[in-house]
Amino acid sequence: MGIAALVPVWTVKNLKTVLHTQDGVVHAVNGISFELSEGELLAVVGESGSGKSVTMMSLLQLLPTPPAEIISGSVYFEGKNLLELSTADIRHFRGAKIGFIFQDPMTSLNPVFSVGFQIMEPLREHLGMSKKQARQRAVELLELVGIPSAGDRLNDFPHQFSGGMRQRVVIAIALSCDPKVLIADEPTTALDVTVQAQILELVRDLRQKLGMTIIWITHDLGVAAGIADRVMVMYGGFAVEHADVKEIFKNPRHPYTSALLETLPGHESEGAERLRSIDGQPPDLVIKPVSCPFAPRCAYAQDICRRENPKLTSIENSDADIHEIACWVDIESGSLRK
Amino acid sequence: MLNYTIRRLLFAVPTLLVISFIIFAILDLAPSDPTGNLPLTIPAEVRAQIREALGLGQPFPIRYMKWLQQFFINEPLNMMEQWWGIQIGDSANRLRVTSWATRSPVVDLIVERMPQTLWVVGMSYVLGILIALPIGVISAYKQYSIFDQIGTFISMIGFSVPTFFTGIVLIVIFSVQLGWLPSIYDTTLQVTDWPSFWKQVKQMMMPVFVLALFNAAQIARFMRSSMLDNLNQDYVRTARAKGLREQTVVLTHVLRNSLIPVVTVIALGIPQVFGGAIITEQIFRVNGLGQLLIIGIEGADIPLVQTLTFIFAVLIVLFNLVADLLYGILDPRIRYD
Ligand SMILES: Nc1ncnc2c1ncn2[C@@H]1O[C@H](COP(=O)(O)OP(=O)(O)O)[C@@H](O)[C@H]1O
Ligand SMILES: [Mg+2]
Repeated sequence: MGIAALVPVWTVKNLKTVLHTQDGVVHAVNGISFELSEGELLAVVGESGSGKSVTMMSLLQLLPTPPAEIISGSVYFEGKNLLELSTADIRHFRGAKIGFIFQDPMTSLNPVFSVGFQIMEPLREHLGMSKKQARQRAVELLELVGIPSAGDRLNDFPHQFSGGMRQRVVIAIALSCDPKVLIADEPTTALDVTVQAQILELVRDLRQKLGMTIIWITHDLGVAAGIADRVMVMYGGFAVEHADVKEIFKNPRHPYTSALLETLPGHESEGAERLRSIDGQPPDLVIKPVSCPFAPRCAYAQDICRRENPKLTSIENSDADIHEIACWVDIESGSLRK
Repeated sequence: MLNYTIRRLLFAVPTLLVISFIIFAILDLAPSDPTGNLPLTIPAEVRAQIREALGLGQPFPIRYMKWLQQFFINEPLNMMEQWWGIQIGDSANRLRVTSWATRSPVVDLIVERMPQTLWVVGMSYVLGILIALPIGVISAYKQYSIFDQIGTFISMIGFSVPTFFTGIVLIVIFSVQLGWLPSIYDTTLQVTDWPSFWKQVKQMMMPVFVLALFNAAQIARFMRSSMLDNLNQDYVRTARAKGLREQTVVLTHVLRNSLIPVVTVIALGIPQVFGGAIITEQIFRVNGLGQLLIIGIEGADIPLVQTLTFIFAVLIVLFNLVADLLYGILDPRIRYD
């Protein structure tokens, strides 16, 4: 990571978010911390419902309150704690300095406005561009994300684009004001595999051109392997493993991560052809987590796992820059970690 | 869009013919006698003559065809003559749809009463919409707030308490007790200067308020639920993530989408304006179309009732089309090809 690693652009500490629902308090995010260095791509991986989206939305106060409540934590960006900003102030970060891409391109654009209008909105709002300037820039952006005959498509409505093309429009909107950080919440999950590959290619390409810092959320470790510098694995609202991308694939140390890796095609240990899934149910987030959330499904679980929640700590004797896990057990020896 | 409109209009013709036939037939089957209100001393032969003179001696199909001719050919011709001051054919002998009770052409009666209805009922509709939209928007945006609770409560009242009750309560308070407002609408009042204008405002106040409350309650409920549907959509989150002002998010992105079904509902409600609020007009003695219909029904004035009912049917069919077209204009996803 070199020198770049020394300059964190983004520091999240102990973020906790709960959602007040009719069924009770959902503990969606239970103390997430991470740092981002300039130009780095952090992949956040975890199965559906593990709190990835809630984490990212919390960073920019994008969750509706109620039901959401951020009960602790800090998010430092450009010397300010984003969680303490008023709605009026945080607006100048959203879209302007931090771009957001959402999961479902079919629903994330407003159906009654042209894509041109929707791309021009942040340009006019944050950069104070005139209509004409914004129009020109919108065409450039559409070209940048690879939409053919961009100038003619400005007046088209979202429903006139395919899913992949719509996601490109969403990316164009996110990039419109040259943000420092881009948060992409499962941007390819809703797309066909081939389109998914195209979008990934586009992002790799854009990253090289624009040198952005990116948080890329996915439930697919395979995708993370392809683009990330660093990977954070989430389970039940906790970060359970956090390491450089090579390290996590070569040397996974949390039972959940290694189970996830087993489910990847080409990783079958017994040469089984079919995709495998992890046995058991994801945790019920309404119950306040006091023990390790993965313990009920864990092959290595011991008494302490069911009593106390392990903290995220660095593992010893690793040659990676960063490698932290939240687990009581050393899965290589099967005994407790020191 | 034009093709679609023309197709729909062409399709409306058979629909309306069927409706006109049903209206005609039902009213014809009704056991009513135009001579029933005449003094008992009039002998039976005279009564028979009167019926004959009204054209009742002829068989049903002939009478229906005659009515069709009068309504669809003679009346429009007559109207053109009046508008452009010209003469088309033998206008003196052209038969018009004539009221049994007053012996004057039904269309003239309707034209005479139209302004009162449009003023009172139309105004209440416009006012109702103007009140309802902001209330619906705010109630949805601040769901479960005090504002929303009060708004919902008033909506419930406006929606569920009948207008004849609110109307009478208002009359008792403002006309009888306080004596501030007249309880009878004076149609002969000419607005020429400020005092007469003020008088007009005063006499419109109560009927307009009663109807506006009812309309507003309905539309506000619609607006609120439509806003709530849209506030949870993904595109709203996208708009916020773009860093737009909350005002822009709600009043541009959400409102524009929420208005689509509401505008449709408003368009569909317009025929009711012409129908007049029958009960309210009756209570406040506004001699509009609603009252005309009641008088016609009470007096067994079949041609009047037939014609009025049919005009309402035409308006309903027409505004259904308008609503569909508006939907197509407001929602770019709808294609009429
Ligand atoms: N608006 C909401 N209201 C109630 N519960 C929610 C809401 N959004 C998310 N949750 C809950 O929070 C948990 C985490 O969700 P999420 O962050 O969306 O998961 P992921 O993005 O990892 O799939 C889930 O249990 C989900 O049911
Ligand atoms: Mg998600």
